[in-house]
Amino acid sequence: MPNPIDAAARATPDPLARRIRGLSDRTIAWLFVAPTIFLLLAINIFPLIWTVRLSFTNYRANRPNEEVEFVGLRNYIRILTDDGIWANMQTTAHFLFWTLFFQVLIGFTLAWLINRKFKGNDLLTTLIVLPMMLSPAVVGNFWTFLYQPQIGLVNYMVELLTGTPASSFSMLGPGGYAPWSIIIVDTWMWTPFVMLICLAGLRSIPDYIYEAAEIDRASKWRQFWTLTVPMVLPFLMLAVLFRGIENFKMFDMVVLLTGGGPGNETLLASIDLKREAFEKWRTGYSSAYAIILFVTVFGLASIYVKALNKVKER
Amino acid sequence: MSGFVKGLLRLRRGPWEMLATFLIALGVFMLMQPFALALYTWSFLVTLAGTVMFIIVSHFPE
Repeated sequence: MPNPIDAAARATPDPLARRIRGLSDRTIAWLFVAPTIFLLLAINIFPLIWTVRLSFTNYRANRPNEEVEFVGLRNYIRILTDDGIWANMQTTAHFLFWTLFFQVLIGFTLAWLINRKFKGNDLLTTLIVLPMMLSPAVVGNFWTFLYQPQIGLVNYMVELLTGTPASSFSMLGPGGYAPWSIIIVDTWMWTPFVMLICLAGLRSIPDYIYEAAEIDRASKWRQFWTLTVPMVLPFLMLAVLFRGIENFKMFDMVVLLTGGGPGNETLLASIDLKREAFEKWRTGYSSAYAIILFVTVFGLASIYVKALNKVKER
Repeated sequence: MSGFVKGLLRLRRGPWEMLATFLIALGVFMLMQPFALALYTWSFLVTLAGTVMFIIVSHFPE
């Protein structure tokens, strides 16, 4: 009579490990990596190549049955000789420069202040990072209320401080304040992110370095410029890289606040691109637009990564 | 200066990367500057040349 334990063991299928025992380590490694490579190719590389291909055509996604013509460099030439798009690039540069400037300045200062030991430090850190955790849609909506000329807190505060009647100007309307309004909101939302990265940098500096500097009678000012700043610099550059790329692509919050207006005052390149692609349905043209933006961001990121590595090697 | 030129001629990474970085920075400046439309027109070509060069020369020996 067969032993029931042996019968059960025979009925159980071979474990996977035993079945793949004959495979080399390299093959097994490839088996593990293959799904990721496949996903990367399907989600990132293929659409990129397809976009490059479309950028040389007059394809329109809302007319799939229309014959697609190869137009060569026509889309690129049109974009690169268009006054309107040139103006959008300048708007994007203005937004990018000032948001990075304020976020780095305020973020680093906040990190430097919060790095000291005092009562309520943890609570204050939590309160400061709250804006970063909100959805851009929520932020866009409630800042629209804050900027309301009649009932908004911002206009009320300006009236209180300067005497200018609250309803006489609109932060999001004509008058030239709109570009600065979106800079204020982005700075409010993302300064905590820069602060957190700087804080990580500041906390990674060992105390004994400052103690050695104290023994050498280095002043606080000198300690700040020769110890603190160089050691936090790689972290700061990383924060600038992340925020720079994100702000170059900024879309949702600005659309909710101003929709690119008034006129084209806050029409960032990404908003214009979306209009070309999904409102005017010029798919080929907008693909060329997207490739121009992609190459710019990729080039900048390459420089930044190189600079970051150099700073880390020091 | 002569070291830089020598590095370029010997296909060394450092000077070539510097040149590519300069081209990218110049291209981005040309794309976003408010002074001349002609600069904007040529900006993409300069940035693309710099970026492609950067990818290639980052494989050169030190």
